[in-house]
Amino acid sequence: MRYAILLMGAPYSSQAAHSALRFARALVGRGHRLEGVFFYHDGVHNAARLAAPPQDEPHLVDGWAALANEHGVPLQVCIAAALRRGLLDEREAARHGKQGHSIEPPFELTGLGQLLDLGLSCDRLVTFGP
Amino acid sequence: MANDKAQGVEGDLLVILRHGPHGTSWLREGLDAALVAAAFGRKVTLLFMGEGITALVPGQTSGPLGQKGTAPTLEMLEMYDIDTLLVEAEALERFGLTVEGLMLPVRAVAASQLPAVTADHSLVLTF
Repeated sequence: MRYAILLMGAPYSSQAAHSALRFARALVGRGHRLEGVFFYHDGVHNAARLAAPPQDEPHLVDGWAALANEHGVPLQVCIAAALRRGLLDEREAARHGKQGHSIEPPFELTGLGQLLDLGLSCDRLVTFGP
Repeated sequence: MANDKAQGVEGDLLVILRHGPHGTSWLREGLDAALVAAAFGRKVTLLFMGEGITALVPGQTSGPLGQKGTAPTLEMLEMYDIDTLLVEAEALERFGLTVEGLMLPVRAVAASQLPAVTADHSLVLTF
């Protein structure tokens, strides 16, 4: 089947992000197609490239990036939810006069329209939230 | 009282709102998703459940936190052709509210009818 994931929980604050990543891995492991992961609400923090969790804990940001790199899964971050939480890619950082950026590929900033496209075009959209 | 006509409510997107208008951004970000879908021409239904029905209590302003509040967004729904607003009948009772006392025209739906409502939408997003 063709799946998509909507993640609305921040990493390390709730189980949502851990479960979503494990579900994503299980999907592709079973031969299903994961068409995309959409990060919304506090889920946008999963895209923070500066995240530095203790080394003996799963690195969720790297985990998502690895999933994207290995299986070509698009990682789409809601731009409105991200910007107000301090998550900007290089382009947005320049546009807002910020010195650093906090999002980098394979995460991409995009609009809520992408969430609807994903949800309406896949067989299943599975939501993970706190 | 619940209205039997709730059966037959259908559309592309059902947005379920379960959080009150203040304290978290759940309601605002849920409404944003509904507005974007409507702007893209999708038929959107809103369902206020549990604490979410307090969003429809009239007379709410933004308050000292400087957040915009959600009442102005709710007033704009009609402009986006979002005119199917459902509320959970049991929640109305629990919060001591009535359909007539809410800021927008809504239809009360009994919990037993909700499976049919979700089944009649292609996509369901819960906030």
